[in-house]
Amino acid sequence: MRPVSSWGRLNALPHEVISLNHPERVQNQISKHNPGIAYGMGRSYGDACLNPNGILWHTTGLDRFIQFNDNTGQLVCEAGVLLRDIQRLVIPRGWILPVTPGTQLITVGGAIANDVHGKNHHVLGSFGDHVKHIRLLRTDGQIIECGPTLQPDWFAATVGGLGLTGVMVEVEIQLKRVHGPWLNTETIPYDNLNEFFKLADESEAGWEHTVSWVDCLTEGGGRGIFMRGNPGKTAQYNKLDGRKLTMPIVPPFSLVNTLSLRAFNTTYFNLMKWRAGTAITHYEKFFYPLDNILEWNRMYGPKGFYQYQCVIPREVGQDGVQSMLAEISKSGNGSFLTVLKTFGNRHATGMMSFPQHGVTLALDFPNQGTSTLKLFERLDIIVRETGGRIYLAKDARMLRDMFETGYPRLQEFLKYRDPGISSGLSKRLMGF
Amino acid sequence: MDKKRIVIIGATSAIAEHCARLWAQTNLIDITLVGRDTSRIERIAKDLQVRSPQSEIHIVKTGFIEPNVIQSTADNIFASGPVDIVLIAHGTLPDQIDCQNNLSTTHDALEINGVSPALYAEAFARHMAVANLGTLAIIGSVAGDRGRKSNYVYGAAKGLITRYAQGLQHRFAGTGVKVVLIKPGPTDTPMTAHLKNQGAKLTSVESVAKNIVKAIEHGKATAYVPCKWQIIMLIIRHLPAFIFNKLNI
Repeated sequence: MRPVSSWGRLNALPHEVISLNHPERVQNQISKHNPGIAYGMGRSYGDACLNPNGILWHTTGLDRFIQFNDNTGQLVCEAGVLLRDIQRLVIPRGWILPVTPGTQLITVGGAIANDVHGKNHHVLGSFGDHVKHIRLLRTDGQIIECGPTLQPDWFAATVGGLGLTGVMVEVEIQLKRVHGPWLNTETIPYDNLNEFFKLADESEAGWEHTVSWVDCLTEGGGRGIFMRGNPGKTAQYNKLDGRKLTMPIVPPFSLVNTLSLRAFNTTYFNLMKWRAGTAITHYEKFFYPLDNILEWNRMYGPKGFYQYQCVIPREVGQDGVQSMLAEISKSGNGSFLTVLKTFGNRHATGMMSFPQHGVTLALDFPNQGTSTLKLFERLDIIVRETGGRIYLAKDARMLRDMFETGYPRLQEFLKYRDPGISSGLSKRLMGF
Repeated sequence: MDKKRIVIIGATSAIAEHCARLWAQTNLIDITLVGRDTSRIERIAKDLQVRSPQSEIHIVKTGFIEPNVIQSTADNIFASGPVDIVLIAHGTLPDQIDCQNNLSTTHDALEINGVSPALYAEAFARHMAVANLGTLAIIGSVAGDRGRKSNYVYGAAKGLITRYAQGLQHRFAGTGVKVVLIKPGPTDTPMTAHLKNQGAKLTSVESVAKNIVKAIEHGKATAYVPCKWQIIMLIIRHLPAFIFNKLNI
């Protein structure tokens, strides 16, 4: 047993960690040692990747490429391969992951299990939309081969299925053509949510990637920075300078607090305002700005942090976001990494996929115990009233009825669960 | 462009595989992966081929124990021309207590971690001497620097490699052949997974491999990876027995 945390560092409870290193031995390992849950890079924020006092199947040893077709962009690899390694392999060869979240330090299995999304949801959907095939091993010895047309029910359960339907060992992904590692980007400051939604709407047609940072402390407003980008035409391949900063220690208190936050937000807003305009940006800088600070999650101190990410329907988006920002402002809690982004109107591949047509707001909060949780309850009410849901990859505290109303396909999904698999999240929200 | 010719003995070793990845992603290589388990080597070969489609990747299944098998493996590899880099990387991490309780476990551990790599080094040295070219790199361990109660069987085998490499370095001084002895500290690989569960702090295999590839490129005689182990082991080697014997290491 050894202590394992997820990205939010809310706790470090003991787990028995079993390394999966050889695909042909996985079946035997998971049949013998269960119930457990697959754990890759531990980047989900809450308890989706944990199984306190139980077993974790560590998947980063399953990190071999199997096949890549330069002409068609089809990539077959083991499920523990990192998105970073895929990008570095394929971008110099004219291909790119069609969808990528804000960190590339996650496994492809984790990307599928959480059906992660990126800045281009309105154009290309979520990660699962580009998966062609999954080989899934069950703890009872069954092998399930599934894809969008092959056993599509299993596929729909596994994409976004939080690892609860089996252990993925091999996957095939369809990549997207790209000229090189560069994007043409534009940074635009906005003063209120009205402007944000105008920018988001007008960018949907002409821009593949859109995202924004919002200052959650502005009174009644919601000023922020809107960023959009399109793949560039420059083919020259450069690797960015490999130098990375590491957050060297866990400070005794959260560096993000009421004192620092207002200053942070104002500085960041003005810095970005000053830098506004168009630029040519490297994909690592545009997609993964935080990957340059290794272990940045330590800055929230020894008590860790929560991330609250929800999506609410487009029609009520502006009012909903406005009321949430007002609640946050009122509570005195604050978030620095506040992301606001619209999702397109697309059919979700997974039964438990998070994205739906609307606007998503993601906020980080240092863990201040009850006062933080109380704030979340008030945010929950807004999300529920508008018919939204909370992102499971980020969640560590949602209550069961909130989960059940947010994920209407839950009953259908439960039929595909592997009885030999459980996680902290599945116990909290599904009973086992 | 001429492809760099590389041979890895013990190609399924995690450290060796990560070295191979680094070589494959920066050069066109002609690499021969030598090991005992064909299916595992094939998995690695496929992966390297995806990483470097223009490189040539060969697989040799062979034994690690029989001297004549070792000799003929080296002969066969050199029959198709000289080699730029030979990396001898195989080994196991035996359980010290098991070794103390069972002499055949001790025997096997000494053989696979000490005698076998030495024989491979000798077999390749003969050919490299003739070619007067190439780098022979052997993976030893910081555990070989001083015998400790927690793992002296492994340490003794790795100590043998240290002396063997020293001897080869002396023999090849002033020739075109370089001998590099690599001493990794505890590294995060499948071989050390149980240590991690006991709470040991391990260095990532990627960074160890990066340092090894660099040491081989520079033909460094002895490379501690990461280099902090050079200082730690300097201290450990020189601790007087009356202090050392009180340590629970």
